[in-house]
Amino acid sequence: MSVKMPELDQAVLARRAEIVAALQAIVPGEGVIAHEREMRPYESDGLTAYRQLPFVVVLPETTDQVSQVLAYCHANGIRVVPRGAGTSLSGGALPLADGVLLGMGKFNRVREIDFGNRVAVVEPGVTNLAISQAVAHEGFYYAPDPSSQIACSIGGNIAENSGGVHCLKYGMTTNNVLGCEIVLITGEVLRIGGKHLDAEGYDLLGIITGSEGLLGVVTEVTVRILKKPETARAVLVGFMSSEAAGECVGKIIGAGIIPGGMEMMDRPAIHAVEEFVHAGYPLDVEALLIVELDGPAAEVDHLLARVEAIARECGSTECRVSTSEDERLLFWAGRKAAFPAVGRISPDYYCMDGTIPRAKLPLVLKRTRELSEHYGLRVANVFHAGDGNLHPLILYDANKPGEPERTEEFGAEILKLCVEVGGVLTGEHGVGVEKRDLMPAMFSEIDLDQQQRLKCAFDAKGLLNPGKVFPTLHRCAELGRMHVHAGRVAFPDIPRF
Amino acid sequence: MTDILNPRDAADVEAAVQWALAEAKTLEIVGKGSKRGIGRAAQWDLSLDLSGLSGVTLYEPQELVLSAKAGTPLAEIETLLAANNQELAFEPIDYGPLFGAPGGGGTIGGTLAANLSGPRRIKAGAARDHFLGFAAVSGRAETFKSGGRVVKNVTGYDLCKLMAGSWGTLATMTDVTVKVLPRAETEATLLVLGLDDAKATQAMSAAMNSPNDVSGAAHLSAPVARRVTGADRAVTALRVEGVAPSVTHRMHSLEALLKAFGALATLDEATSRPFWRSVRDVTPFAGDDRVVWRISTAPSRGYEIAAAIGEGEYFYDWAGGLIWLALGSLHDGGAARVRSALAGNGHATLIRAPAGLRASVAVFEPQTQGLAALTRRVKESFDPKSVLGPGRMVAGI
Repeated sequence: MSVKMPELDQAVLARRAEIVAALQAIVPGEGVIAHEREMRPYESDGLTAYRQLPFVVVLPETTDQVSQVLAYCHANGIRVVPRGAGTSLSGGALPLADGVLLGMGKFNRVREIDFGNRVAVVEPGVTNLAISQAVAHEGFYYAPDPSSQIACSIGGNIAENSGGVHCLKYGMTTNNVLGCEIVLITGEVLRIGGKHLDAEGYDLLGIITGSEGLLGVVTEVTVRILKKPETARAVLVGFMSSEAAGECVGKIIGAGIIPGGMEMMDRPAIHAVEEFVHAGYPLDVEALLIVELDGPAAEVDHLLARVEAIARECGSTECRVSTSEDERLLFWAGRKAAFPAVGRISPDYYCMDGTIPRAKLPLVLKRTRELSEHYGLRVANVFHAGDGNLHPLILYDANKPGEPERTEEFGAEILKLCVEVGGVLTGEHGVGVEKRDLMPAMFSEIDLDQQQRLKCAFDAKGLLNPGKVFPTLHRCAELGRMHVHAGRVAFPDIPRF
Repeated sequence: MTDILNPRDAADVEAAVQWALAEAKTLEIVGKGSKRGIGRAAQWDLSLDLSGLSGVTLYEPQELVLSAKAGTPLAEIETLLAANNQELAFEPIDYGPLFGAPGGGGTIGGTLAANLSGPRRIKAGAARDHFLGFAAVSGRAETFKSGGRVVKNVTGYDLCKLMAGSWGTLATMTDVTVKVLPRAETEATLLVLGLDDAKATQAMSAAMNSPNDVSGAAHLSAPVARRVTGADRAVTALRVEGVAPSVTHRMHSLEALLKAFGALATLDEATSRPFWRSVRDVTPFAGDDRVVWRISTAPSRGYEIAAAIGEGEYFYDWAGGLIWLALGSLHDGGAARVRSALAGNGHATLIRAPAGLRASVAVFEPQTQGLAALTRRVKESFDPKSVLGPGRMVAGI
């Protein structure tokens, strides 16, 4: 698969030796990687269909080094691609042939755990799971739990505003971050927020979260930590149709229950997972729901009874409540391994990430099946059912001529369908390079221009992660131009008092 | 008297901003005016009154979303949600009582633009955390949109966050979509009696650090508590919400946890609701004309900061992290004292003060040079000619 990236800056390419030397002066020792063989591991992120060798890789260890690297790049007009753990599923960390790849992996320390204020202060390279592990001894955890949580970094989570299976109840990254230290492309270091709630002016932390590395480089993060619920139990519910499963989800929420997690899988996904994990999933159903309730046992039991009653009402064929913590984890092990499980039954798979109004699920699944036949490519669906976030996995073989292209086209059709039914292009994986050219399906030129003007407020030269998110790049001067027709606009015909 | 423009729809709003741009006029963006007394006192040429843009345009309880025109009365939305056993989980404060006005006066647009929240902020977040999408007219007189009408979305920058708490200074929202959630079936509140501020902070921390899912943690000193409970005794209040068996269980669990701190008392659903409404709406400070500050800091530091200010009357919400402070007559409204006590560990906002004072001291927390410069650039990216409420948050922006 390929995507058009910004035109190469020949002047920068021509100065490579000098630039590498300058970067080495800032980050000494092994902090600068310039040999092709050693740069190879950085050529793609979690979206491996796209590859590009970076211009040079820099691995800073201190905020001061990040600041100096960015200031140097800013002064010399060199593009920069920030990278966390490289697990992005949208190509957010895809390198540029003329850009410095700024790897934040060495920022891997937990700086402070403050149970009194229920926060942890960590460096951006700390993995999502490591935060939970660092506070587990006091019974705390960090709530957002993307499936890649073993590997993905909190800095990357901020860039992508990552979610996970528990975010309907506990929120996404943006709802669980209180503060950060960020370095702008000019090298300027800013501290935003802290251990307190809400912003003192414009909510800059809110805009940085989910900005896909286009606004700045985060060098420290303060996150909220929560006490673990007393108990959690999950129930597996099988249905003979996805319509019935979808109806059940709607009724659970309609009954005022917000489960800790509520996941759905379709038949192909169930079979792939069961073969791989042996989670005990029923194989004779068309759709499977995993509903998890957490809280005090009294609450969990009370709500589980209600969920089971609703499930029966919706025609469930099987309803199995976990009877031990091991069994609950096994139910989840299946769901969390859905992607690799699908990876076992196909040489390659392509994971999509649209969100739809949940009521449109039957329609979207039906159209997806039709598209699947049209393109001659199989699809397995996993679905964060509570919040309408759909992950169709398209099965393909990258070695078969034409298949990657057909897959890409198929994926784009699914995402356009999501937008058509009132949904959005991406629920949690980000736009990156992958969905960049689909942005006009959701946003007008004015919408996109306004977003890019905000980018200009942070990065007037457009050096941070260009080629991501926006299909067309405009110069800030051009975006800032105003056409005010002084004296030629009649006083509007609006009632006045 | 300022001229008022009364647009009937989003197209009128665009025309009004276009006109203001061409004529170099400034606009105050206003819904019902319930929060008009908040922010720096600045002069604007005209008011753009959005109350004509009213009505819920989409409500799907099972999808947990509601869309409305920006000028829709908040009370109308809350009534509609309540009829479906749902609510705005961020529990927006009603500033009416504090400003001597009847309650229920705000709009959904104003609620979002001011990023309101309430005691449940510590569990459920603020307006920002429930704001899914909007259409707005920028200071360039261009209509743009961001976000969507689904609860999970990361497509493009999350401009909802910027709009929340921008007080109408970046763009004029015309249509908004919010996440709505089921309302708890019942609630109860445990009161620990007679604690001083330091002990109360420890008690609230113990409760917050337990798995009891506390959705409100406030401490009221005796004189403040008297105006809420009628009893002349400090109260440290902890609220739990949910299904009845769970509320009962968690109340017992909190009692066991906190009995060592002091005598306990319980508020049942009927008395708990009005208690938290008083905390939310700062009613202890309603009905007088003292200056009122709202200070957000790390919960463990709240009582130290209040002690360092050493003046006035105050109470705590957010487990100690939110201080509502009422001060008598100080020449600067206490700004110097408040800001030096806070020393950058959070932010203080001058909520209620005479216009003269709000024109002469910083109403919002002063920013570092770098943040102030970035704030200015962000403002310019939406409103380059400063048409929309210039000076409401920061002088000259």
